[in-house]
Amino acid sequence: MLLSLLIFLPVLFALIVAMLPEKVIRPASLLMSLLHFALSLVLFYRFNPSSAGLQLIEKTPWLPTFGVNYFVGIDGISFWLVILSTFLTPLVVLGSWTAITEKIRSFHICLFLLSSAMIGTFLALDAILFYAFFEASLIPMYFMVGVWGGARRLYATMKFFIYTMAGSLFMLVAIIALIFMTQEQLGTMSASIPDFYKLQIPFVAGDLLNTQTILFFAFALAFAIKVPMFPVHTWLPDAHVEAPTPGSVILAAVMLKMGTYGFLRFVLPIFPLAAEYWAWLFMLLGVIGIIYGALVAMVQPDIKKLVAYSSVSHMGYVMLGIFALNIYGVTGGLYQMLNHGISTGALFLLVGMLYERTHSRQIADYGGLAKVAPIYTIAFIIVTFSSIAVPLTNGFIGEFLILLGGFEANKIFGGFAVLGVILGAVYMLWAVKRIFFGAPGKLVGGGGDTGHGGHGVHAGHGHGHAAHGSHDDHSGLDLEIGAREMFVLAPLVILIFWMGLFPSDFLNWSKASLDHLVQNRTNYQLNVEE
Amino acid sequence: MNHAILILTLLIAPLLGFAFNGLRFRSHNAYLAGSVATAASFISFLCSLALFFQLKDLPPEARHLTSRFFDWIVVGDLRVPFGFTVDQISAIMILIITGVGSLIHLFSIGYMSHDERPSKYFAYLNLFLFNMLVLVLGDNLLITFVGWEGVGLCSYLLIGFWFSDPAKAAAGMKAFVTNRIGDAGFLIGMFILFFTYGTLTYSDLLQLIPQVVESTWTGPLTLAFLFLFIGATGKSAQIPLYVWLPDAMAGPTPVSALIHAATMVTAGVYLFVRLSPALIFAPHAMEVIAWTGAATALVAATIGITQWDIKKILAYSTVSQLGYMFLAVGVGAFGAAQFHLMTHAFFKALMFLGSGSVIHAMHEEQDVRKMGGLRKYLPITHFTFVLGWLAIIGIPPFAGFFSKDEILWQAFSSPHGSKALWFVGALTAACTAFYMTRLMALTFWGKSRFGKDVHPHESPPSMTIPLMVLGLLSVIGGWVGIPHVLGAVLPGHPSNLFEGWLKPVIGHVAHHEPNVIMEWALMGVSVSLAGLGAWFAYHNYLVQPNLPKAVAAKLGPVYRAVANKYYVDEFYDRFLINPLIATSKAIWLYIDVNVIDKVTYFAGDLVSGLASFAKTVQNGKTQSYALYMALGVAIIMTFVMWRG
Amino acid sequence: MPSTETILNVGLTHYLALSAVIFSFGMIAVLMRKNVIVMLMGVELMLNAVNLSFIAFAKESGNLSGHIMVFFVMTIAAAEAGVGLALAVAIYKKFHEVNIRFFEHLRG
Repeated sequence: MLLSLLIFLPVLFALIVAMLPEKVIRPASLLMSLLHFALSLVLFYRFNPSSAGLQLIEKTPWLPTFGVNYFVGIDGISFWLVILSTFLTPLVVLGSWTAITEKIRSFHICLFLLSSAMIGTFLALDAILFYAFFEASLIPMYFMVGVWGGARRLYATMKFFIYTMAGSLFMLVAIIALIFMTQEQLGTMSASIPDFYKLQIPFVAGDLLNTQTILFFAFALAFAIKVPMFPVHTWLPDAHVEAPTPGSVILAAVMLKMGTYGFLRFVLPIFPLAAEYWAWLFMLLGVIGIIYGALVAMVQPDIKKLVAYSSVSHMGYVMLGIFALNIYGVTGGLYQMLNHGISTGALFLLVGMLYERTHSRQIADYGGLAKVAPIYTIAFIIVTFSSIAVPLTNGFIGEFLILLGGFEANKIFGGFAVLGVILGAVYMLWAVKRIFFGAPGKLVGGGGDTGHGGHGVHAGHGHGHAAHGSHDDHSGLDLEIGAREMFVLAPLVILIFWMGLFPSDFLNWSKASLDHLVQNRTNYQLNVEE
Repeated sequence: MNHAILILTLLIAPLLGFAFNGLRFRSHNAYLAGSVATAASFISFLCSLALFFQLKDLPPEARHLTSRFFDWIVVGDLRVPFGFTVDQISAIMILIITGVGSLIHLFSIGYMSHDERPSKYFAYLNLFLFNMLVLVLGDNLLITFVGWEGVGLCSYLLIGFWFSDPAKAAAGMKAFVTNRIGDAGFLIGMFILFFTYGTLTYSDLLQLIPQVVESTWTGPLTLAFLFLFIGATGKSAQIPLYVWLPDAMAGPTPVSALIHAATMVTAGVYLFVRLSPALIFAPHAMEVIAWTGAATALVAATIGITQWDIKKILAYSTVSQLGYMFLAVGVGAFGAAQFHLMTHAFFKALMFLGSGSVIHAMHEEQDVRKMGGLRKYLPITHFTFVLGWLAIIGIPPFAGFFSKDEILWQAFSSPHGSKALWFVGALTAACTAFYMTRLMALTFWGKSRFGKDVHPHESPPSMTIPLMVLGLLSVIGGWVGIPHVLGAVLPGHPSNLFEGWLKPVIGHVAHHEPNVIMEWALMGVSVSLAGLGAWFAYHNYLVQPNLPKAVAAKLGPVYRAVANKYYVDEFYDRFLINPLIATSKAIWLYIDVNVIDKVTYFAGDLVSGLASFAKTVQNGKTQSYALYMALGVAIIMTFVMWRG
Repeated sequence: MPSTETILNVGLTHYLALSAVIFSFGMIAVLMRKNVIVMLMGVELMLNAVNLSFIAFAKESGNLSGHIMVFFVMTIAAAEAGVGLALAVAIYKKFHEVNIRFFEHLRG
C-alpha cells in the first residue's frame, strides 16, 4: 500500500488544490508536499537495506491478455531517487512562493501530477507501467515550461517534447519486442521487468544487427536523450533557460535521473552483453560530455545556461560511472545522481532568487554581489564547492568514485575525465568571480530600478529581516535573501555536507542492490519479495 | 591523555574557532575574533606539543599514534577511514603548523585591526589551519587529499579576501585553478597506486610496494609518483605550475606568511617525504623531481632579482626555496628536505610578517623603490628581518645555513645527485644572497625615498612579539640538525638530532663513504658564494646605486625577459587560456548551434516535408473523400474475393 | 449471349443486376454532381439499391433477416435525409445556392 500511496497521493493533492480557494493554495500545497515527504520517510522503516531484492511489492492485473500488471516495488537503486523526489517538492513549493505569480492553482496541480509521475517512474516494475509514467511526466513539465516559461518558451517546449518523445518511441517498440520474447522464452506474455531479466537475448559481438544490440540501442537512445548525453543534449539548455525556476529545479534534479535510472534498471541488466560490448562508446560519450559541457558552460553569458551546461557535464560523469561497469563507477554514478539533484537544484533555486529581484540572468550585469548580499553569496559558494567536488562536500564522493571506476575500466577515458575536475573549477569559479567579486555591476549597488528605496520591495520579504542590514542603503534593489529563501536553501546545504562527510549513511541503503547489480551483471535476477 | 582525544582536540579547536567567527561574520571586532582564533590555534599547538612528547617517549620504531574515527568511504575494496596518524614526520609538521600558525594569528590581530571584516578573515584562517592539519595527519592518501583540496580552498578564499578588487579575485581563482590542475595529477597518481597495490593507507602502501628498483619509465610506481608530482608542482609552486604563487600575494600579508610560505606550499614536500620509503624505488621519478626542483630554484631566484614589490620578491624566494626542497627530495635527501621545510617555515614566515609590518607602517605601500632607510623607524622589524636575511642566505650558524648546506652536499654526493645539480643549487644560493641583500638594502638601509607625508611607525607588540619569536627560531632552529662533519668539531659533539628523529620513517639511499674534505670544501664554497652575492648586492644598491640601472640597460633583452618573469604568464595566456576560451566559444556556437541543432531541425523539416506532401490528399472536397472511400471499399472487396 | 429463358426467368441475378445498376447511378450522382440535393438523392438511390439486394437475398435464402436489415436501413436513410436536407437548407440560407464547393473548409 505504501508505494501506491506515494505514487497516487499527489494526484489526490492535485484534486484538492483544484478545489481550494486561491489564497490558501500555497500554504496548503506546502503542507501537503511536506506530508508526502514525511510519508516517504516511512520507507526508512519499511525498507530492508540488506536485501538486494525488490521489496514492498504490489501487483494487480491491468491488461492480463498481454501480461501487463500494475506492478510496483522498490530496491536500493530506486530508494534514494524516490526520497529525492519527495524531498524536493516542498522546497520547490516554497521556492516558487514569489516566482510564480500567475495561475497559481494550475501550477500546483502540475507540480503534484509531475511528482506523481516521477515517483511512479522510479517505482514501476512493469515495463508498460514504467513507460506510461515516463511519458506522463512529460505533460506537466510541458505545461510548466510552456505556461510559466520565458520568452522563447514555445520553442523550448517543442524541442524538449519532441526530443524526449522521439527517444521514448524507440523504447516502446523495444518493450513490445521484449514482451513477445517473454512469450517465446517463458511461455506466458509478461511485461514485468524481473521477467525481462530472465530472457536470453541473442547477441553477436561486433555485429550491429542482432537482437540484443538493436534493443539495447533502442533503450539506450531513449534514456540517453533524457539524461541528456552528448550529442543529444541540446534540448536541455533551451528547456532550462526558458523554464521557470521550479521547473528547472525539478527538471534538473529529478527528471534527468529518470534517464540514468533507466540505464541501471533496464539497459545494464537486460542487455548485459551488449552493454559490456558497447560500454566504451558510452564511456567515450560520457567523457566528451564532461569536457564538452564544461567548456561550453565556461563561455555562457547567461547564468542559467551555464548551470544547464554544467548539468551536461555532471551527467557525463554519471554515464561514465555507470558504464565503467564496476562497483566504484556504478556506486559513484548513483551518488552523483543525488548530488547533481541537490547541487544543481540548489543552483537553479539560487539563480531564480536573483532573477526574481533583478530580472536579469546575464553574468555581465552583476559583479560585487558579495558585498551587498553576503548570505546569498555564502550559500552560492557552498553550492559551487559541492558542484566542483571539493572534498567533504557530496560532489567529491560521487566524482571521486566515478573517476576511480572510470580509471579502472579504461585508463585513457579515466585520465581524460579527470580534466573535468579542472574545467569544472574553471567555469564555476569564473562565474562566481564575475558575479560576486570585483566592482559592483550594473544591477548591483547604484544601478537597477530607482524609486523603490529601502526594503520590502517584493512580496514575501516581510517574513524575515535577519538578513537585512545597513548594507543595502545604496541600492534600490535588496539583493539579499530573506528568511523564506534561507529555509529553502538550508536543507540543501545541510545535505551537501552530510552527504560529503557520511556517505555511508546514504550508500548503505543502496549497497546490496548495487553490489548485486555489478557482481551478477551477466546473469542478473531480482528476487521479488512479497 | 589519550592520543585520540588529543588528535580530536587538535583538529576540532580550529574548527570551532572557524564556526565561532564564521557565524558572526559581520562583526567588526578584530580583537574578539582574533583572540578566539589565536586561542584555538594555540590550543592546537598545546595538543601538538603533548602529542610530540608522547611520541618521544615511545621507542623509535613504534612512534606512531593512530586513531580512526569512522569509516568515510566504503565501496568495493576501497575502504577509507577518517583516520589520523601522528608519527615523526607529521609531529614535526603539526608543530610547525600550529606553532608558526599561532604566531601568525597573533600577528594578524594587529594587522587586520582596521579591516572591515576581521571575523571572516579569522574564520578562514582557522579553517585553513584545520585543513592543513587534516592534510598532514591523514593516515591515507585520500584524507591527505581532503586537506590538500581544503587548503587550496582556504587559499582561494584568503587570496581573494579583498574581493572588490578584480585583480585580487582573479588571483584567488588563478590559485585555485592552477592547484586543481595539480590535483588532477594527484588523483591519477592515487588511482594508479590503488589499482596496483589495493590500498591508499600509507602504512599498508609502504609495506605492499615491492622492494625492487623500478628501472622503466612506465612502471606503476614511477608513473604514480610522476602524477603525484604534478600534484606537488601545483600545491608547492614548482615549474610549470608555480605561476599562481606570486599572484597569490594579493592576499593579506599574514596569509602569505602562513599559507604561501610556511605551511601549505610545503605540502608537496611533505607528501614526498611521507612516501619516501617507496620513492627510492622509482629513480626515474626522483630524477624528474630533482631537476624540476633545481630548475625552479634557479628560475625563481633570477626572477626575484628583478622584482620591485617586496612581497613578490619574497614570493619568488619562496618558490626558489621550495625548489631546493624538491631538489633534496629528488636526490634522496628526505631528512634534509624536511629540515629545510622547517627552517624555511621559520625564516620565511618571519620575513613575510616583517614585510607585513613594513607595509603596515608604509600605509599599504609595497614598492621597495619607495622605501629605504626604514631601519630608523622600524628597529624591531629591521632587527628580526636581518636575522631572517642571514638565515636565508645561509650564513652559519643561522638556521638556513644548516639545512641548505645539507641539501647542497647531498645534491653533490648522493648517488642520485650530480655535480650539475650541485652547481645549479650553489648558483641559486648566490642569487638568493643577492636578491635578499638587495631587498634589505632597498627597504631598510640607505636613504629614505618616500614622501614627507609618510610617517612610518613601529608596529604594536602583538605584531612584534611574533617577529621576535620567529627571529629567535631563525637563529636556533637549525641547531637540531647540525651536520656530522660540523658536529664532530664543535664542543659537545652535537649530533644531527633531526635526521635521527626522522630516520625510521623516511627512505634511505645507499651512500658512498662520506668525503669529509670535500664536504668542508663545498661548505666553504657555498658560504663564500652567499657572501659574494650579498656583497655584490650591497655594493650595487648602496655603494653605487646607479650600477643596477646600467647593468640592466646593458643586458637589454635578457633583463627584460627576467623582469617580465620570462613571459610565462603571457605564454600561458596566449597558448593555453585564450585558445581554450576560443575553442569553447567555437564548439558552443558551431557544434551545438550549427551541427547538432541543425541535424535535429533537419529531422523535423524532413517530417514536415513529408506531411505537406501527404496533406494534399486532404483537399476538403467531399466528393474526393467519397471517391477515396469507394476506391477503398473496392480494393478491400477485391482483396477479399481474390483471397476467396 | 444468354438465352431468352435466362432473361425472362426472373431470379436472383436479375435483382442483383438491377441493384448494381441503381447503386452505380447513385454513386455517380454523389461523386459527380455539385448540387447537394442531387447528391442526397444519389445517396438515397444507393441505400435503396442495397435494400433491393437484401430483399433479393432474403427471398433466395428463405429467412427474414434481410427484411429486418432493410427496416434498419430505411430508418437510417430517413434520418440521413433529414440531416442532409437541413444542411442543404443551411447552405442555401447562407450562400443562396446549394453547391458542394461551399463545404470545402476541411482542406488540410
